[in-house]
Amino acid sequence: MAAQQHEKYYVPASSPWPIVGAVALGLIAFGAGHTVIESKNQVDGWGTTVLFTGLAILVVMLFGWFRDQINESMSGLYSNQLSASYRQGMSWFIFSEVMFFAAFFGALFYARVIAVEWLGGASNNAMTNEVLWPHFEAMWPLTETPGGTTTQAMGWMGLPLYNTIILIVSSFTCHFAHVGLEKGNRTQLKVWLGITIVLGCIFLYLQGAEYVHAYQDLGLKLDSGVYGNTFYLLTGFHGMHVTLGTLMLIVMFFRVMKGHFTHDNHFAFQATSWYWHFVDVVWVCLFIFVYIL
Amino acid sequence: MSSAAGTMDHHDHDHHHHAPSGITRWLFTTNHKDIGSMYLWFSFIMFLLGGSMALVIRAELFQPGLQLVDPHFFNQMTTVHGLIMVFGAVMPAFTGLANWMVPMMIGAPDMALPRMNNWSFWILPFAFAILLASLFMEGGGPAFGWTFYAPLSTTYSSDSTALFVFSVHIMGISSIMGAINVIVTIMNMRAPGMTYMKMPLFVWTWFITAFLLIAVMPVLAGAVTMVLTDKYFGTSFFDAAGGGDPVMFQHIFWFFGHPEVYIMILPSFGIVSAIIPAFSRKPLFGYASMVYATAAIAGLSFLVWAHHMFTTGMPVAAALFFMYCTMLISVPTGVKVFNWVATMWRGSISFETPMLFALAFVILFTIGGFSGLMLAITPVDFQYHDTYFVVAHFHYVLVSGAIFSIMAAAYYWLPKWTGHMYNETLAKWHFWCSLISVNVLFFPMHFVGLAGMPRRIPDYALQFADINQIVSIGAFAFGLSQLIFLAVVVKCVRGGEKAPAKPWEGATGLEWTVPSPAPYHTFDTPPEVK
Ligand SMILES: [Cu+2]
Repeated sequence: MAAQQHEKYYVPASSPWPIVGAVALGLIAFGAGHTVIESKNQVDGWGTTVLFTGLAILVVMLFGWFRDQINESMSGLYSNQLSASYRQGMSWFIFSEVMFFAAFFGALFYARVIAVEWLGGASNNAMTNEVLWPHFEAMWPLTETPGGTTTQAMGWMGLPLYNTIILIVSSFTCHFAHVGLEKGNRTQLKVWLGITIVLGCIFLYLQGAEYVHAYQDLGLKLDSGVYGNTFYLLTGFHGMHVTLGTLMLIVMFFRVMKGHFTHDNHFAFQATSWYWHFVDVVWVCLFIFVYIL
Repeated sequence: MSSAAGTMDHHDHDHHHHAPSGITRWLFTTNHKDIGSMYLWFSFIMFLLGGSMALVIRAELFQPGLQLVDPHFFNQMTTVHGLIMVFGAVMPAFTGLANWMVPMMIGAPDMALPRMNNWSFWILPFAFAILLASLFMEGGGPAFGWTFYAPLSTTYSSDSTALFVFSVHIMGISSIMGAINVIVTIMNMRAPGMTYMKMPLFVWTWFITAFLLIAVMPVLAGAVTMVLTDKYFGTSFFDAAGGGDPVMFQHIFWFFGHPEVYIMILPSFGIVSAIIPAFSRKPLFGYASMVYATAAIAGLSFLVWAHHMFTTGMPVAAALFFMYCTMLISVPTGVKVFNWVATMWRGSISFETPMLFALAFVILFTIGGFSGLMLAITPVDFQYHDTYFVVAHFHYVLVSGAIFSIMAAAYYWLPKWTGHMYNETLAKWHFWCSLISVNVLFFPMHFVGLAGMPRRIPDYALQFADINQIVSIGAFAFGLSQLIFLAVVVKCVRGGEKAPAKPWEGATGLEWTVPSPAPYHTFDTPPEVK
């Protein structure tokens, strides 16, 4: 009995944060919907106000929720079993993110291998081509759509290649930081973690520069047909994930500076590092399938 | 470090002596039973709401010609009826049952991630508030069917589509968080000795359902996101002029959609696999084969999505592949049905209401399965596609399948939840009224469907009038029958004969080892399972 006492699973008595978070998500969804509708109709409205109110409440909620959890963790309420729950929860969350990207990669493959080819008359679709757009020729990247929108393709040399190298290196630096934490070498942890954050920021800056280049020099826009669509949605959602990952790394950095985490109790750090490796892997797939091939 | 919020959590020393009271109990709760009850009540409210929309549809279809509502409103009703029933009624009911029963069945103190559990419930009312609010916007709400095919949902949809998109996002977030909670609870919180192959089948089926949810709800999020950018930001994923393809929408949607139908039926299999042995007073026949069959169904569900799209002109090889894979699913499903029948074979059967609903499930779900098999055959699907035959098929599977199993589960576990026996006479009335009316409602739809009556149309040819009148009468009878259910549940919550720890003679499982009603915190110290 006494042996089981310290392994008792911690169930918080109650928490105000989930309902705050529910209000926040509700406002975000309602506000975002109205923002989109208002911008389409080019009218002024309260959509963005609601959206940003929701986002502000969400930030407060995340802050409060994580503060509670950090306090619980620091006061030793967490058992190994609970840590395992968190780790498994994070793994399944990352799996769900993989499936989210899979939808867009699926769209990319379908458009490239099937939709564009069939519009060009492949398979048994000679009449599709003949009746709809007889002058359309299938190609990838789709630099001229059947409807006549033209664009230039984004090459993989230059910025995308640099960004690939930066993210792959950052995966290693993140790992070195983790090794430092596990060995109890705080200096190694801080230095490598700091470098990882800097690399993440450089990546985001270069990605922004690449978008400017695409819009201004190449005419590659979000509405430039299915090539531009898949390009921007895949790289855009990836960029949002890198932003989130970098923010998580920065929070970890501050927690490390405050002396949090021990070599055997650092779920938050581990989760962040998993997340970072996940965004790197997504980028490698992006680099291969969006840029090179 | 001590803060206002922090101190709330420091009461855990005495928290099992009293349940918190007042509205904050429900708003702040981390208790799996409270959250389970909220899920179940929410689902029942949504069931009545979605049901009344179905009654609007059936009232309009009582006679040919346009009678009560205009076609655009009719389309909104079919759309929102479907969305509410799928995402608001069936899925939350199963999550509610999982919340209540999974920790008790595996001997866990609570769900693995109790705060996230609360969050995944409370975002649901917001999602549906947004969806319903969109009905009152200029141009109306979503009117493109719950499947929101492009270009109906892009080029031809009303302004409010963005609200539909974001509310589906929130429903998806809720489902994913709920599923992560269930899967982690099952993997990590089992009592000592509760090995995987000793888990009750309801736990097993939910385990696999949770995996399906985590795998396909993000794909649905991707689909609605592409609809959003196509409609509002000039992309052309589903527009051939930009190199996209409206058929691509269907591929992405049904890659989510087919596993989704198993998300709505696998937990039913678990429920029925608990109830039939209990009232046959025999162990379940072929436990291991049930587990493997469930896993096989889940695996195959990723390979059959295009059976919804046979008429889109896909290559013959693809049509054949999807046809054979679909028909293959009837093998593991058949294993299940035979196992249930074999469980009853020479059993000492009694027919309390849970058993009646479970038996009706086996028979009516099998009818739905057979019509599904007919629909799987590519060449004849050209005849059935988008007719009332399809409507009959999936309502047999979802109403007399999923919903009946939820009713069975409610009757089976109500004594455990409330500590009272429900009124058996009234419950039997509910069963027989539901059973008869559900068949009056859905069986004749097969005939009009085969005769060519298209679905989702507010008007129809004169020769379909008689059958549509019968169907509409069945619909109102079925809808009213559910008020008996409400009465039974309310009476049972308020009072009634005191329920023993194990009210059903043949029932097995850890949930029957604790008193009725189950204590607020069931297993503070995990039980030993031999
Ligand atoms: Cu299907």
